[in-house]
Amino acid sequence: MRRRDPAVPIAVLVAALALAPLPLLLGPFWQSLLVNVLMYAALATAWALFSGPTRYVSLATAAFFGIGAYTTAFLGEALPLPLVYPAAALAGAVVAAVVGLSTLRLSGVYFVIFTFGLAELIRQLVTYAEARLGGTVGRFVFVDVTPRGIYWLLLAVCVLVFLVGWWIGRSRLGWALRAIGDDEIAARHCGVDTTRTKVAVFAISATLISLVGAIMAPRWTYIDPAIAFNPILSFQVLIMALLGGAGRLFGPLLGVVPLAVLFELLQANFPNAFSVLLGLVFLGVVYLLPRGVVGLIEQGRGALRLARRTHPRPAA
Amino acid sequence: MPPRFTPDRRALLGGIATAAVLGTAARAQARPVRIGYSISKTGPNAGGANTTTLPNYQLWARTVNEAGGLRLPDGQRRPIELIEYDDRSQSEEAVRNVDRLINQDRADLVLPPWGTALNLAVGPVLNRAGYPHLAVTSVTDRIPELVQRWPNAFFFLGRSSAAAEALVSALQGLRQEHGLGSTVALVSVQDQFGIELMNAGRAALNRAGFRILMDRQYPLGSQDLSPIIAEAARANPEIFIAFSYPPDTLALTEQARIANFNPKVFYTAVGTAFPLFRQRFGNNAEGVTGIGGVDTQSPAIRDYIARHTQVIGRPPDGWASPVTYASLQVLEQAIAQVGVDRPALIRAIASGTFETVIGTVRLENNQRVRQWWVGQWQGGEFVAVGPPGVPGVQPIRFPKPAWGAA
Repeated sequence: MRRRDPAVPIAVLVAALALAPLPLLLGPFWQSLLVNVLMYAALATAWALFSGPTRYVSLATAAFFGIGAYTTAFLGEALPLPLVYPAAALAGAVVAAVVGLSTLRLSGVYFVIFTFGLAELIRQLVTYAEARLGGTVGRFVFVDVTPRGIYWLLLAVCVLVFLVGWWIGRSRLGWALRAIGDDEIAARHCGVDTTRTKVAVFAISATLISLVGAIMAPRWTYIDPAIAFNPILSFQVLIMALLGGAGRLFGPLLGVVPLAVLFELLQANFPNAFSVLLGLVFLGVVYLLPRGVVGLIEQGRGALRLARRTHPRPAA
Repeated sequence: MPPRFTPDRRALLGGIATAAVLGTAARAQARPVRIGYSISKTGPNAGGANTTTLPNYQLWARTVNEAGGLRLPDGQRRPIELIEYDDRSQSEEAVRNVDRLINQDRADLVLPPWGTALNLAVGPVLNRAGYPHLAVTSVTDRIPELVQRWPNAFFFLGRSSAAAEALVSALQGLRQEHGLGSTVALVSVQDQFGIELMNAGRAALNRAGFRILMDRQYPLGSQDLSPIIAEAARANPEIFIAFSYPPDTLALTEQARIANFNPKVFYTAVGTAFPLFRQRFGNNAEGVTGIGGVDTQSPAIRDYIARHTQVIGRPPDGWASPVTYASLQVLEQAIAQVGVDRPALIRAIASGTFETVIGTVRLENNQRVRQWWVGQWQGGEFVAVGPPGVPGVQPIRFPKPAWGAA
């Protein structure tokens, strides 16, 4: 895999160029569906940047998404848009660094619960601050971005996520992360600064997630803490990444596309049984694909290789 | 592309009602008007959507179809076919559902979701597509600004500050005529609507010379509200005002009853008008004031309540339900004038005068201004008692009787 790495950025850019003209060709409905796919692709891949190699399951996606969305709500009418997005990214990075420094010493289930609590904590803080200082809870986001604009911005973030992921995978940071995922104590004994590594990648992942939140907020015109910090988002991203396979850069994408299409099918045809059917699908995924789609592909490859070895092709 | 089912399967109600009612072959062949909506059937908004909005869509479609369908300007009638999606109380789902309704299902018209947040989420989509947007359950102080942005949007419930100001003017009336005192305990839920009401209410109370003894907010979803009632009881005010949401409306009323806290005016906001409130508190609901209220003397309202109870199996709520139904009647009458022509419908709704269950509706700048804001449980009905001067308002019963045994 490693040898072919330089092919990755080229493939990402080519795919992005191929996808870019779609909104000009498709109607608003398909555009809407694609916005959804791109949003989850960016979120799930950004989530897996940190959680994939380290195996720290984070439920803080909603927290950073909300921070991004609120940054747009606060600054959207005051600053020009090209400045709003960097501000959102910065806000996400700062919060992630502060939170990371104080908590990434936790591991296992404690970390999971902490990240879940983080989203809730930030939600309550925002509610409190808005009620006390803002005079209302709930903000209008009147920023003139067309659905097409949102599509292109999300596509750009996806490219960014994949390039960053590719770069991390090749860098010392990536090696350190994988060492932590295999055995954190051993990694520390080998001289890896585990805390710094974890905080750095946690912050990178959070920055990208905040960017997605900042881009999505204008689509809803109105956000309040319950919308911006919706815990369902954290779970959906987690499930999509796990279905695809969080251990590989393109793994989450393999989960996002089928699930986004499945959500759409269920929603369009069985609106009243959506949640029940979704639950059944998840059970099926866990039973049949415990290692995700990536695991399935690798298993298939392994089987092929084995078959080739035992039944060598006759020479031509 | 997703395989799609025949519309009847999704639009169960509209479809079945249409098929059942339109016995005559000639009428059954009229092409139905496809009316879609995205509504919160699950998630935190489901309670409100299922009390106020969804039953009225069903009742209206059934009533219209039983009469032979929507009347068009040429006298022809076309049945309504409903297309329904669940947005699971999520903004993104609501946006995509409306996108799907307009572009995939080719719905002729789209009815609004429930609540301020979801109405604002689908606002740009409906605006871009040029669909009329009957944003009934969207109540905020920035409506005048929204109307500027979205000339296709219509607001039937007015601004939140109007609700608080109407309450204060009703209290002023009680002070002058019945010697109500000036002391108030004021609490509110920390949510957009609660806080907008609170800010407007506090200012109006101060202007009118009321004395606020207690001023508290609690987070949305608070489980234990007994400390709030305990503090209010210690302050011993003449007036208790809670700008609350349905779960806390029930909890605060229950706590006040348990603590035997008996101010002369007891006001809770959203949810007081729900039939559930009366079921829960029985005779203790008597004399409680809240947001909303209807003119229970009006035969149109009485007929509406009776039909709602018969078709849906429970009475409507006494605030936004009849207004939602009235907004559908406005749409129906506008269609009778100009047909299913969306730009013409927007013009007709903005400028027309309509006879509805809540009386004559005439929008000013796309907003309904004069309306019932203060209601009171009187003899098992949620009667409009304020603001003074609006047609159909009845005298307030004062003071509220003390709580009895549960």
